[in-house]
Amino acid sequence: MRVPRVIPCLDVHDGRVVKGVNFLDLLDAGDPVELARRYDLEGADELVFLDITATSDDRSTMVRVVEMTAETVFIPLTVGGGVRSVEDARSLLRAGADKVSVNSAAVARPGLVAELAEEFGRQCVVVAIDAKRGDDGYGVVTHGGRRPAGLDLVEWLETVAKLGAGEILLTSMDRDGTRAGYDLQLLQLATTTIDLPVIASGGVGTLDHLVEGVTTGGADAVLAASIFHSSEFRIDEAKAAMRDAGLTIRPSPYRGQ
Amino acid sequence: MLAVVDYGIGNLRSAQKAFEAVGEDAVLTSDHATILRADAVVLPGVGAFGRCVDALEASGLRSVLGDVLAEQRPFLGICVGFQLLYEGSTESPGFSGLGVFEGTVNKLTGPVKVPQMQWNQLDRGANDATTLLRGLGDRPWVYFVHSFAPPVSDVTTATCDYGGTVTAMAGRGPVVGTQFHPEKSGPIGLAILENFVAAAKGELPWS
Repeated sequence: MRVPRVIPCLDVHDGRVVKGVNFLDLLDAGDPVELARRYDLEGADELVFLDITATSDDRSTMVRVVEMTAETVFIPLTVGGGVRSVEDARSLLRAGADKVSVNSAAVARPGLVAELAEEFGRQCVVVAIDAKRGDDGYGVVTHGGRRPAGLDLVEWLETVAKLGAGEILLTSMDRDGTRAGYDLQLLQLATTTIDLPVIASGGVGTLDHLVEGVTTGGADAVLAASIFHSSEFRIDEAKAAMRDAGLTIRPSPYRGQ
Repeated sequence: MLAVVDYGIGNLRSAQKAFEAVGEDAVLTSDHATILRADAVVLPGVGAFGRCVDALEASGLRSVLGDVLAEQRPFLGICVGFQLLYEGSTESPGFSGLGVFEGTVNKLTGPVKVPQMQWNQLDRGANDATTLLRGLGDRPWVYFVHSFAPPVSDVTTATCDYGGTVTAMAGRGPVVGTQFHPEKSGPIGLAILENFVAAAKGELPWS
């Protein structure tokens, strides 16, 4: 039985959840621990925290947020943003994270993926990839989409799979913040290139988009941020829409309590 | 006191925090004396079977756990820590598990993505004998991350459907294990841990 996961993503800046379009114009969306609790109650299958400040001064802020979350929320928690070393990952895992996500640090030094997999097991290692459509297929970008990494997406997927990635968080930087839906071609390309679980990210505006990510895109999990933070849709509403579309989903365990 | 065995493998904080959340005094330890003194022992584990066996041997914990198991002390293996209760795994030929349950751990098969990294429902065994699922309704949802699983056998207490029938829990008396992660399975997972603690204290029968 295949059960797609619904994952709210919390972009954390200076200890607060923010939302913004293409990482610009950040608006405050609340306290990460409180939001994490709310999403757990609504039936979120996992949580992703991305530290978008990610300067060394702020690491301790994120560690505290993870610690407080892990004391009350017992679903898988992935934390990323600024993880550059095994030690960075260790401090987050010690605080209660279950997986760490690496993005530009892996682009800069692919060996980091292998080091993390060796130290913590590959199920702990999420490689986040920001992809952008180019003239010859998809390329990898970093720095919020501003900087081309000079890597072809397919090659990069194969490289990180070989190095020890356990899961791929794939964001379309063309769609991110547009609410136009996931880039389904991008998802299809990734899910047919590698066997690893793929989390779809970037562009969700409606609940149908979540369904498409799984049915057409082949994603194993669907991630969204602003539609949930704005309370436009609750997680349980998203899951009801997916169930109505014929997908098997996990209901909120708190229902009826 | 409950000992979560720290043998340098993976993220053990989650298991400790989950036991604390159900009000149990859980220590994360590699100290032999502490483990031998514990009322119950929890063995988590992630990554390759062989690497976990190596880590147990390098830390001298293999024989300590052997003693704990021989005494029939309450014992919970989680994920690869559960697989270690079997004789071996095709993931790491040549590495011996703790061997309290018969059989060899095998790779998941069928037309499904491996690893299974998702929530799935538990199907109770025909005899529905396990106390761990007490009060949890018909087919509770729990979180799995694994590429290998123990064989379905007479110690299997619950299964899940993933490309076929997959062992999700097993137990014989006070020695039990879960292929899924109760510490990451929300309120249902915490209830499973609470049932384990209650049985370990003699407040509930094991089956």
